[in-house]
Amino acid sequence: MQRVYPKFCIFVCYLFGLNTINGTITGFHLLALGGLRFNTMREEMGKEQDKLISKVTSGEYKYGFYTDIDLDIIPKGLNEDVIKQISAKKQEPDWMLEFRLKAYKAWLGKKMPEWAHLNIPEINYQDIVYYAAPKQKATMKSLDEVDPLLLDTFNKLGIPLEEQKRLTGVAVDAVMDSVSVKTTFKETLAELGIIFCSFSEAVREHPDLVKKYMGTVVPYTDNYFAALNSAVFSDGSFCYIPKGVRCPMELSTYFRINAAHTGQFERTLIVAEDDSYVSYLEGCTAPMRDEHQLHAAIVEIIVEKNAEVKYSTVQNWYPGDKEGKGGVFNFVTKRGICRGENSKISWAQVETGSAITWKYPSCILRGDNSTGEFYSVAVTNNHQQADTGTKMIHIGKNTRSIIVSKGISAGKSQNSYRGLVKMLKNASNARNFSQCDSLLLGDECGAHTFPYIEVDNQTSIVEHEATTSKIGEDQIFYCNQRGISNEDAVRLIVNGYAKEVLNKLPMEFAVEAQKLLEISLEGSVG
Amino acid sequence: MLQIVNLKVEIEGKEILKGISLNVKKGEIHAIMGPNGSGKSTLASVLAGKDFGDITEGKITYMGKNLLEMAAEDRSKEGIFLGFQYPTEIPGVSMVNFMKTALNEHRKYRGLEPLSSSDFLKLMREKKDLVKIESGLTNRSVNEGFSGGEKKRNEIFQMAILEPKLAILDETDSGLDIDALRIVANGVNQLKTPENATIVITHYQRLLDYIIPDVVHVLYDGKIVKTGGKELAVELEKKGYDWIKKDVDIVSYG
Ligand SMILES: Nc1ncnc2c1ncn2[C@@H]1O[C@H](COP(=O)(O)OP(=O)(O)OP(=O)(O)O)[C@@H](O)[C@H]1O
Ligand SMILES: [Mg+2]
Repeated sequence: MQRVYPKFCIFVCYLFGLNTINGTITGFHLLALGGLRFNTMREEMGKEQDKLISKVTSGEYKYGFYTDIDLDIIPKGLNEDVIKQISAKKQEPDWMLEFRLKAYKAWLGKKMPEWAHLNIPEINYQDIVYYAAPKQKATMKSLDEVDPLLLDTFNKLGIPLEEQKRLTGVAVDAVMDSVSVKTTFKETLAELGIIFCSFSEAVREHPDLVKKYMGTVVPYTDNYFAALNSAVFSDGSFCYIPKGVRCPMELSTYFRINAAHTGQFERTLIVAEDDSYVSYLEGCTAPMRDEHQLHAAIVEIIVEKNAEVKYSTVQNWYPGDKEGKGGVFNFVTKRGICRGENSKISWAQVETGSAITWKYPSCILRGDNSTGEFYSVAVTNNHQQADTGTKMIHIGKNTRSIIVSKGISAGKSQNSYRGLVKMLKNASNARNFSQCDSLLLGDECGAHTFPYIEVDNQTSIVEHEATTSKIGEDQIFYCNQRGISNEDAVRLIVNGYAKEVLNKLPMEFAVEAQKLLEISLEGSVG
Repeated sequence: MLQIVNLKVEIEGKEILKGISLNVKKGEIHAIMGPNGSGKSTLASVLAGKDFGDITEGKITYMGKNLLEMAAEDRSKEGIFLGFQYPTEIPGVSMVNFMKTALNEHRKYRGLEPLSSSDFLKLMREKKDLVKIESGLTNRSVNEGFSGGEKKRNEIFQMAILEPKLAILDETDSGLDIDALRIVANGVNQLKTPENATIVITHYQRLLDYIIPDVVHVLYDGKIVKTGGKELAVELEKKGYDWIKKDVDIVSYG
């Protein structure tokens, strides 16, 4: 008999201040690496011709609600004592607390990176709540006991009812940190030896695995935000695919910031053993608030021989209002290592949210013949700023990487691609192809490209292509003449432009991402 | 169907159309000829609702409505089709997607349900045959990398799908080889009904061998300086524009 698996296994980290989402690689030393900077573009667009586009590009954030749930909070401020409290509340083993404290020391000795093309207001780290969890309730026996507000939240997020049932089971697990609620998919996964749970649970249930891998790809010394995350991280997810197993469904984590004045710090760790495969999805939203909220996450991926990990992100943190008030500061370190031969990491991201985004999902291609991919659509509108890209570090022979970055800027936003392709001495016959495109939808926005290339051997090949275009008045008029409104014309063109990346997302996710693109760019016309 | 009265248009302070009057009735084919830069495309764009220049004077009535008050996309949905002299490329947007969106907008406007994908593809096939457009083209992005002739055929293909009431074809014949010319003309003729009208802008009398105009106008320096039957086109072809220029210049200096 054939087994029918659910399509998705969603794991919800409802971030009441407690967790966060979203990782990246910091381009920690991008500038210090002194790479070639051969293509900087700044395009100012002309006149009133795109007035209509500015009209079109003034969409509203649709996830800005807040759920009023009882919270257990450690008061604002950051010091060793707060870190000890976090660790104690999470009932962590000593080694974890030690790791946190070492990271905190490292963080104290670091400075906020300033190389990005970003204008970041000063952040008062003592004015942030580092721990806010929903008050623990008694173990739940049935889903009826799930806080109705939580269910309401899922409704607002548009999670389908059928999914919701299963989802809440997990959510209960994640949110309430209570006893595991067994669900069908969890059993299915367990049968295959796959571990998929919250990071806290992993620390408790699989300490050896966590100890073995945590911090091996992104050490706590890596960069300012990675150090901060390592000191105070609240939760996140853990995923382990044993040797020879192809995960039969998409694994998905959904992150939501909820509480006010709260920083969001989560970390994700994915380990794929030899010959395994997993596709992992990450989504996120946040309430609308006047204040900025800090999000600093870490994602680490370890891929062994012949294994493949696909990591897809739809980042939709609250971007701030039209005047640039509020919004999430998204500083994320995401990095994966292809440790074994023929291994592969593929990042796909659709970035539409956050006031400021600083993230560079990267691949360290150590195994011979390993492959790294980065597909990105980054949309900025209004006063949003994004500095995002990737690093492809070729260490092994015949390693391959491909970078496809599609920036879309509207409003008064600034959108930068920053990428490093590094071919080390032994990376013979390594190849990289980069395609960095920028699309401008207004006359006050900026698009910038900062590619860095470092090649230390003779046999590798690096190709870079870049284009900057804008949606032309002529294109819009052509659409109008066929009966298509301005708004639909922009939508058609933007979706067409981003297609190459959207196609890399799992189907259901791609549909969601496409809608998100439209929401981020569309607005008041009609 | 279409009445233009004393239309004056300025672009960047320069008067391009200097008082055009034109009356097109249902079932008619009008040809507009005239030297480069005389304002033919400007007139076509104004009719289609392109937002450029200033309309300093004049009135346009289309099917009893004030055309100048209508948005470009509504003009399209009311049945005005412009075959562009230089069709725009829209990278990343497939012809299928583009035309499906357009047609369904038209249908919505008329209170009809959107066409299903299969019905739409069927319609596309039918119309492709009509203008003998290559199958491959419709799978590509709108006009992207199309040859000059392919772009023109693609305009007629779109016209065939949208079935306009008033088609304005701006030099759809230029850049076409003789076979393509016949195909395009044939397409136009087949789409012809007593209910619709066509304005063909052309430089060449040869198109008018295939699409027989009821009226021929000569546009010169922003004005219609001569109107006649199809024999006017023949005469123009023979004598060039110089004799008209002379006439006009004499008139204006006289
Ligand atoms: N956007 C514009 N800005 C400035 N001048 C313009 C603009 N559009 C048209 N013109 C001018 O208006 C005049 C008429 O142009 P138009 O394109 O209507 O001519 P045409 O009769 O279609 O010529 P052709 O036979 O070469 O297609 C030209 O002198 C042209 O340079
Ligand atoms: Mg012209």
